Amino acid sequence: MAFWIASSPHNHNQAETSALMRLVIYAVIPGICAQWYFFGWGNIIHIFLAITTALFCEFIVLSLRNKKNIRKQLFDGSAILTAILLGICLPAIAPWWISIIGAIFAIVIVKQLYGGLGNNPFNPAMAAYVMLLISFPLQMTSWQPPLALMTIDLDLANTLSVIFTDFTKEGYSVEQLRTSVDGFTMATPLDTLKTDIGLGLTVFESMEKSIFGENFALGWEWVNFAFLIGGVVLIAKKAIAWQTPLSFLLSLFICSFIAYSISPDSSASTMFHWLTGGCMLGAFFILTDPVSGATSTKGRLLVGALAGLLVYLIRTFGGYPDGIAFAVLLCNMAAPLIDQYTRPRTYGHQSKKIQGKAK
Amino acid sequence: MSTKTEPTLSSIDNTALAKKAHREEYRELAKQGLWKNNPGLVQLLGLCPLLAVTATVTNALGLGLATLLVLVCSNTTVSAIRHWVPKEIRIPIFVLIIAAFVTCVQLLMNAYTYGIYQSLGIFLPLIVTNCAIIGRAEAYASKNPIKQASFDGLMMGLGFALVLFVLGAIREILGQGTLFDGAHLLLGDWASVLRIEVIHLDSQFLLAILPPGAFIAMGFIIALKNAIDANIKQRQPKEADKAIERVRVNFES
Repeated sequence: MAFWIASSPHNHNQAETSALMRLVIYAVIPGICAQWYFFGWGNIIHIFLAITTALFCEFIVLSLRNKKNIRKQLFDGSAILTAILLGICLPAIAPWWISIIGAIFAIVIVKQLYGGLGNNPFNPAMAAYVMLLISFPLQMTSWQPPLALMTIDLDLANTLSVIFTDFTKEGYSVEQLRTSVDGFTMATPLDTLKTDIGLGLTVFESMEKSIFGENFALGWEWVNFAFLIGGVVLIAKKAIAWQTPLSFLLSLFICSFIAYSISPDSSASTMFHWLTGGCMLGAFFILTDPVSGATSTKGRLLVGALAGLLVYLIRTFGGYPDGIAFAVLLCNMAAPLIDQYTRPRTYGHQSKKIQGKAK
Repeated sequence: MSTKTEPTLSSIDNTALAKKAHREEYRELAKQGLWKNNPGLVQLLGLCPLLAVTATVTNALGLGLATLLVLVCSNTTVSAIRHWVPKEIRIPIFVLIIAAFVTCVQLLMNAYTYGIYQSLGIFLPLIVTNCAIIGRAEAYASKNPIKQASFDGLMMGLGFALVLFVLGAIREILGQGTLFDGAHLLLGDWASVLRIEVIHLDSQFLLAILPPGAFIAMGFIIALKNAIDANIKQRQPKEADKAIERVRVNFES
């Protein structure tokens, strides 16, 4: 009788890429619904535009690269997920070509030119977002205020009209859509707070404005909360590691807590930092990208902490109101180095320190 | 008669052969400079000015012509003095020669094309540090006669200017939708008619104008060149392969 000896690992995970991607896509749905409820149809339209473009580009590049089994690679969900994440990040009433150019850049240049899924050093959605933000600053900062604050009714037909022709059916421009009742152009809560602090107002005075709502940021807080729920589901399903989001959120919390306790007049509260901008989306869906993030446990903790610190620094001292995308790209660059220095000890080997002591 | 004609025929043959070899040499130099060993696409030398000033065709052309002029002059001079330059201190001497010509070009551009002089800024004096120039001086001009060296400088300079021109055109079309914008700064007032509006863009595509866009565009140009080379290579050896036939030995049958 011969024993069949198999080496480890003994427990195989048969999950396919497409299954994981599908789970992540399901997990962003609550966030998209919250965005739809507070900001209207814009993001959903952009998501569809981006998905169509991304699939088209993916197909063209895969056929140019003479790949076999294009159908399987095309629908493994990675391109669709990239497009969805990009569509979520874009301002809801940005023109249609923004999402098209972004999706082309994300798929063709950031993903496929580096070798396709698994080989891209940068997160495609965030790299495309940064490219768009740098290339088209005007369009990429025309954020629409929450529907509750808008003087003009923005239904599906009107949103489509704004995205494709820059004007609503009644002829209101994007600029007019962003104007509040008293004639001021409204910006995002992060942007408003930053401008107000620059003008010498205290945080409390700034927070009186209607854009902040009753709690922290009207609409944005619920969108972030919905992404948090989706993220927790992903962690519970073990689709993503808990280390990155936890250390990211903790690091951002600690940074803003220190600033808030030193000078509460000129720095926003910890919860404001957590619940505005793309904080939760970045923490659970973007930093945890298995391709461009760190892979070891310690490395993930480090990358998360670094990203939190960077986001805080960019939000407070940088030129842009939100810094998730820039922080993610910087962390992507640092991830290989961090992985190099946080390699886990293999079983049976000792770390150098212990070896030194034993001698 | 026959004894007389034979040597003259062979001498004509010899001179014709020498001429042919001569022509062949120049053709090879041109091929090397413009395509096979292009300083911008293959040697990847002088990337800093190549990427920094190619936001418009006019700037690219300005820098390309300046580099071309410096390259031809420095190659000629280095080749002319190659017998008197001690090997140990050749590099400082080459740099001094190049710096002298760059200063001339800079002063000339300051005098005649002030607009371009201003928009090229620091990259004009930085031609001194362009590795393509010192590379040619060291690798070719210091070992070859004046005629060939100056021709090599011309071809290398043309190759570099061509890459600058293509990159500038791509970036200007994508970034501003125009071609030859501001050409009158370089070529005189008549050149303002050269300005072409290729596409009308409502908002500038800033990425194409900023340095990252230059890197991406440069990558695409190099990829295109490699693809063309691969295509040519794929076509050629097929004919050669047919000539080789091997008899397969199979012991079992």
